[in-house]
Amino acid sequence: MGPSGKPTLLEVRRITKIFGELKANDAVDFDIAEGEIHALLGENGAGKSTLVKMLFGSLQPTSGEILWRGKPVVVSDPATARKLGVGMVFQHFSLFEALTAAENIALSLGGNTPISRIAEEARALSQAYGLPLDPGALVGDLSVGERQRIEIIRCLLQKPDLIILDEPTSVLTPQEADKLFETLERLRSEGKSILYISHRLEEVKRLCDRATVLRHGKVVAHCTPSEQTPASLAAMMVGNEVAAVARPASIAHGWEPLLEVRRFDQPARGPFSVPLRDISLEVFPGEVVGIAGVAGNGQGEFFEALSGEVLQKRADQVKIAGKDAGRLGATARRVLGAALLPGERLGHGAAPGMKLSENLLLSRHASDRKAMLGGGILGLVKGGAVKRAARRVIEAMDVRKSAEDPEAAALSGGNLQKFIVGRELDRQPRLLVVNQPTWGVDAGAAAMIRQKLIDLSRAGSGVLAISQDLDELFEISDRIVVMADGRLSGSLKIAEATREKIGILMGGASPAHHTGHMEDAA
Amino acid sequence: MIRLELTRRPQHSALFSLVSPLLALALTLLAGVILFTWLGKPPAAALYSYFIEPLTEMWSLHELAIKAAPLIIIAVGLCVCYLSNNWNIGAEGQFLMGAIAGSALPVLAPQFANGATLPLMILCGMIGGAAWAAIPALLKTRFNANEILTSLMLVYVAQLFLDWLVRGPWRNPQGFSFPGTITFNEFALLPELMPASGRANLGFVFALVVAVLVWFLLTRTLKGFEVRVLGQSPRAGRFAGFSPAKMTVFAFLVSGALAGLAGISEVAGAVQHLNEKLSIGYGFTAIIVAFLGRLNPLGAVVAGLLLALTYLGGEAAQISLGISDKIARAFQGALLFFVLACDTLIIYKIRLSFGGRRATGSV
Repeated sequence: MGPSGKPTLLEVRRITKIFGELKANDAVDFDIAEGEIHALLGENGAGKSTLVKMLFGSLQPTSGEILWRGKPVVVSDPATARKLGVGMVFQHFSLFEALTAAENIALSLGGNTPISRIAEEARALSQAYGLPLDPGALVGDLSVGERQRIEIIRCLLQKPDLIILDEPTSVLTPQEADKLFETLERLRSEGKSILYISHRLEEVKRLCDRATVLRHGKVVAHCTPSEQTPASLAAMMVGNEVAAVARPASIAHGWEPLLEVRRFDQPARGPFSVPLRDISLEVFPGEVVGIAGVAGNGQGEFFEALSGEVLQKRADQVKIAGKDAGRLGATARRVLGAALLPGERLGHGAAPGMKLSENLLLSRHASDRKAMLGGGILGLVKGGAVKRAARRVIEAMDVRKSAEDPEAAALSGGNLQKFIVGRELDRQPRLLVVNQPTWGVDAGAAAMIRQKLIDLSRAGSGVLAISQDLDELFEISDRIVVMADGRLSGSLKIAEATREKIGILMGGASPAHHTGHMEDAA
Repeated sequence: MIRLELTRRPQHSALFSLVSPLLALALTLLAGVILFTWLGKPPAAALYSYFIEPLTEMWSLHELAIKAAPLIIIAVGLCVCYLSNNWNIGAEGQFLMGAIAGSALPVLAPQFANGATLPLMILCGMIGGAAWAAIPALLKTRFNANEILTSLMLVYVAQLFLDWLVRGPWRNPQGFSFPGTITFNEFALLPELMPASGRANLGFVFALVVAVLVWFLLTRTLKGFEVRVLGQSPRAGRFAGFSPAKMTVFAFLVSGALAGLAGISEVAGAVQHLNEKLSIGYGFTAIIVAFLGRLNPLGAVVAGLLLALTYLGGEAAQISLGISDKIARAFQGALLFFVLACDTLIIYKIRLSFGGRRATGSV
């Protein structure tokens, strides 16, 4: 029985999932009652997706059991999950743009039901649940919110008892989100259960009956969101663990900023992209500046703007070491002294199918031109020098590997991250811009990487670290700024920053209401 | 019902990377046996005249070099294109435009006959091929037009342009109204390598030199690194500061120039004048050569010789057994099909599953 006296629909007992050396889920317990909206909360990398994938059969647990209406079940694949009565709406949609809504639904249902019947059923469902949708419309013409409705209706047509929604509002406008909440409340009133994954705390508080909070793969709390504040929920998510990293006092190495961003605006570059608004920021020698914020609030866009993968409109919007760099590409910015580390390791920071030595060349071919390349416009690669540099990085960072010079994809996430961090540190950059320095990395490697970032700043360089891991930012930063909805808050000195202040800014609350609490350190 | 299921391997199979081309070759031969049996020809004799007989005589080894040269030169350029994820399907057109541009000099100014003639022709041929290849490259980088379609369609334009030229303005006035230009003067012809034993010409040397040069470019230089990074992981390439648009232009220019080189070498070598029958599909067969050679320029040399053998074997079998020369094309198609199919084994495991649909049904 659930806490409200309703029968339990799904129960998870001590479920554990291990990937290599990483415990993505560690003895997770929770249950969902019939007619309940249950929130699953946690930072990126906390293990939410892993847990949900096991419930939906895309992953198999290492140990532990899943009970459906009190009986143990093995969810061997998504088809089994659907047969049990579990439906899922993914964060990123899987729809064919060239087909109509009804055709897309028919494709996923299989069988020989004529499309006209499916269209009729879809129309009926869409009216019943207040999800306006034209089954004959081409998906390519529909907005993101409308596409999500197709996914929801596709899910509802299979008459599930439990619906899993993965960050459904992350792609919606506030108005579309309100409509979605009405639909979810109606489904709850019909006795359906909903597992709601989000890190938007306001909406969890408003919508959900109970919440399970995950941190580093473990359940840290079961709670009733209505009795919590967004700040207390945020504190549960990010935790209060003791810093294990030594952070000596910052020494001023000069007042010429190494990175200066001035009133930088950038419109949204696509349907899933966040516009950046009026961003100003300085990073001085000898300090680590942390950018906190919930995923998808513009951090990725901001990193791409700083890295030169996307150029600015005006050259003076970004200055590196005092030089206008807004119109310079990644290579030229590196030559000015910037080192850049994207959040995604495989496929962005490193080419998966290439050897470590080749991946070293990836970001160092311009900054170390003399050492690594011979003459000529085609640039003869000095294989020996590159391999020696790769070996130096591997030793300095204690990268564990199975072969002399393995492909990047053959390394574990933590070891690859150590390598690409070491690749940048090896050239002693004046400025390091790093997105998610330890995302998905085991604790030991994470502590090492954090220490190296601090050491780099104490040697007189500037470090800008973008992270969703607030613990990490408290460990390494001298100042913290918060990014929400494409804007940057004023900066907080670390001594004055508290989890509550940061949490409120992270939740997207308008900074105007809270400036009273904050001293702008800039 | 029996179903084939493909499961992704955790890592590429090293074994099948080696075995796959051999397996493909074996399956192609098997398909040949079935085909010849079905046509009522003795399969052993047919395969012999296809694959062995051309290798037994000196003059036909020369012919092999002549056929292989354009295939190798074009395929080496295509390696650069395909490795960088640019799908140039129109090498046939670039081959023809190279032949046309290179022939302009001996056709329009036959009196200009000295030591500079041939180098100028080769230069013009490469520029002609590169210019034709620049069109799909620019359409892709400017308008995001699919380069597969544009490069392919430009083949037909080039074919018709050639046809018009050799029937119209460039036709040999002494040619009895047959389509074709005047025969080139001796300064406009590629020297033969060993005139005593056959007519193989400098084109084959070009092929070997080009293959080694491009292999060196791809494996030892930053430009080659850029080609491979942008092909495998475009985002990592942008992070490295490489420009995908510039790479598209570079790859098309290189492969266009090489296709043009093949075109002018063919005209100035084996054919000795420009005519409308120049287009026999070298540009398309070179796609097979590039893939059969695993997109490695040195592999393309081996693959080019193999495919050239199917052309020669086709002619031999036509003479000795009366089998249509179209069979050669069928062989080439079968070979490409089996190569691509066998490559699946590198990435996937194959499993047979018995019984009907899985009980769990719809996906």
